[in-house]
Amino acid sequence: MSGGLEGRVAIVTGGLRGIGLAASMQLAAKGAKVWVGDLTPADHAEVAPALEQIGNGAAYIELDVASEQSWIDAVAKVEGEDGRLDVLVNNAGIDGTGRIQDMSLDLWRKVQSVNSDGAFLGVKHSFALMEKSGKDRKGGSSIINVSSVMGFVAFPESAAYCASKGAIRLFTKACAVEFAAYGVPIRTNSVHPGFVQTPLLDAGFERMVKRGVADKAQDLKDQVAASTPVNRLADPEEIAAAIAFLATEDASYMTGSEVVVDGGYLAR
Amino acid sequence: MSDRLAGKVALVTGGTGGIGAGAVKRLAADGAKVIFTGSRKEAAEPLCAETGATFVSHRVEDVAAWEDLSAMIRKDFGRLDIAFANAGIEKGDGSIETIDVDNWNQIIAVNQTGVMLTAQHAVRIMKDNPEGPTGSIIINSSMNALRAMGNYMGYSVTKAAVVAIAKSAANYCGQAGYKIRVNAILPGVVETDLILNIMNSQPDPDAARAMYEGMSPLNRMAKVEEVAALVAFLGSDEAAFISGGEYTIDGASTAGTQGV
Repeated sequence: MSGGLEGRVAIVTGGLRGIGLAASMQLAAKGAKVWVGDLTPADHAEVAPALEQIGNGAAYIELDVASEQSWIDAVAKVEGEDGRLDVLVNNAGIDGTGRIQDMSLDLWRKVQSVNSDGAFLGVKHSFALMEKSGKDRKGGSSIINVSSVMGFVAFPESAAYCASKGAIRLFTKACAVEFAAYGVPIRTNSVHPGFVQTPLLDAGFERMVKRGVADKAQDLKDQVAASTPVNRLADPEEIAAAIAFLATEDASYMTGSEVVVDGGYLAR
Repeated sequence: MSDRLAGKVALVTGGTGGIGAGAVKRLAADGAKVIFTGSRKEAAEPLCAETGATFVSHRVEDVAAWEDLSAMIRKDFGRLDIAFANAGIEKGDGSIETIDVDNWNQIIAVNQTGVMLTAQHAVRIMKDNPEGPTGSIIINSSMNALRAMGNYMGYSVTKAAVVAIAKSAANYCGQAGYKIRVNAILPGVVETDLILNIMNSQPDPDAARAMYEGMSPLNRMAKVEEVAALVAFLGSDEAAFISGGEYTIDGASTAGTQGV
């Protein structure tokens, strides 16, 4: 079966775990060479097994998405080794919970810097190489920005996260209309996962348990599942499938779209 | 294309032309057994020959005939996995000032009630699938659900209504414990024979083409195949967590404006 991404090159930020790892695996399975970008040092024990799991010659770049220089170096490395960039998945993200009146400006800014600045810097510095690579490809290059259902609706004690995910949603549309207006062959879409069984979710729920919100994390998971029409959490692979679809030529007319993958959460 | 829909049975309403015919081809190419409906038998025959699909002459607004169609699907195919509620009309549409109430009622009968009936009968068949209630229903809405047209009020209104049908049915199926997903797609202007005919019947076809192409920031219409690819994705198991969604496929037409 032809995967549709043979000979293509992708960067996936936050690709060592959760949705990023699953997306990397599916892009590689469709034929792409995947560069995983993450904060973890390249010689860390976690890196090599992840690359092996992704397969198809996956490579690693130490990348701090909030740092402009880090992006400049990363894209230069990809261009130097592979000479092209077809797919960018801006997936790296952090949460940062707490009540608004108690939230430090530093924490607020940290969440925006990773989630929102990170996507902006990724697009900004990948632009030239992706524009060039998109010219010989039907549907052009493809940027997928991972937002959240919390880019549509808010939760208590999640103000910084919601604001950053809302920013990604509209930044994505701004990219789509601007690139189209200038004839730039790069499509840009946002993906909005609902609640996904990831390390980020586990960590967030554990913190809520410590604050006394619930007795155990499983209770919170059960609550979230019960409030989702399909009555369960998503597996990372189910979000990755939408990301991989947007990366292929099958999605060649989709740009500026909000691809919600939430088990019906927002449809309630 | 692939075998990702192998073993699945798909129903496409309004399958004799345009996006519907594109979906018949793509779903069949991906391995599904396809049944499609419509009223143009002469257009259906070559499509059956090309794809191996089964044609049933049927109008979506014909309530009684849904029973026969459902019985045929159960008897001949034994299951249903994908339903693409695609049939739609805009004949006789008008503005708030001009629309004729009989035409309004007919547009609602096909575009809105027809979609409801399609989803209703799909759920009833999917519910009895051998491994339990499973399936994917895809409703063809339009970007005009988000941006109503002044001269096509009936079309715009019904296309908005069917998004709510998708969400309501998605909620219901989830609550009922069915693994039946329901989503709406919202295409922009698609280069169908219908649009091409409208274009070519204008005094200045080139200007008409430029007008349609200019509706999207990408400055082109969608190909039928591009919309069919989204239908195939939503119909596949890869989309297992996607339900109650509304998917624009409009080349950024509704994402914003192109500025000045």
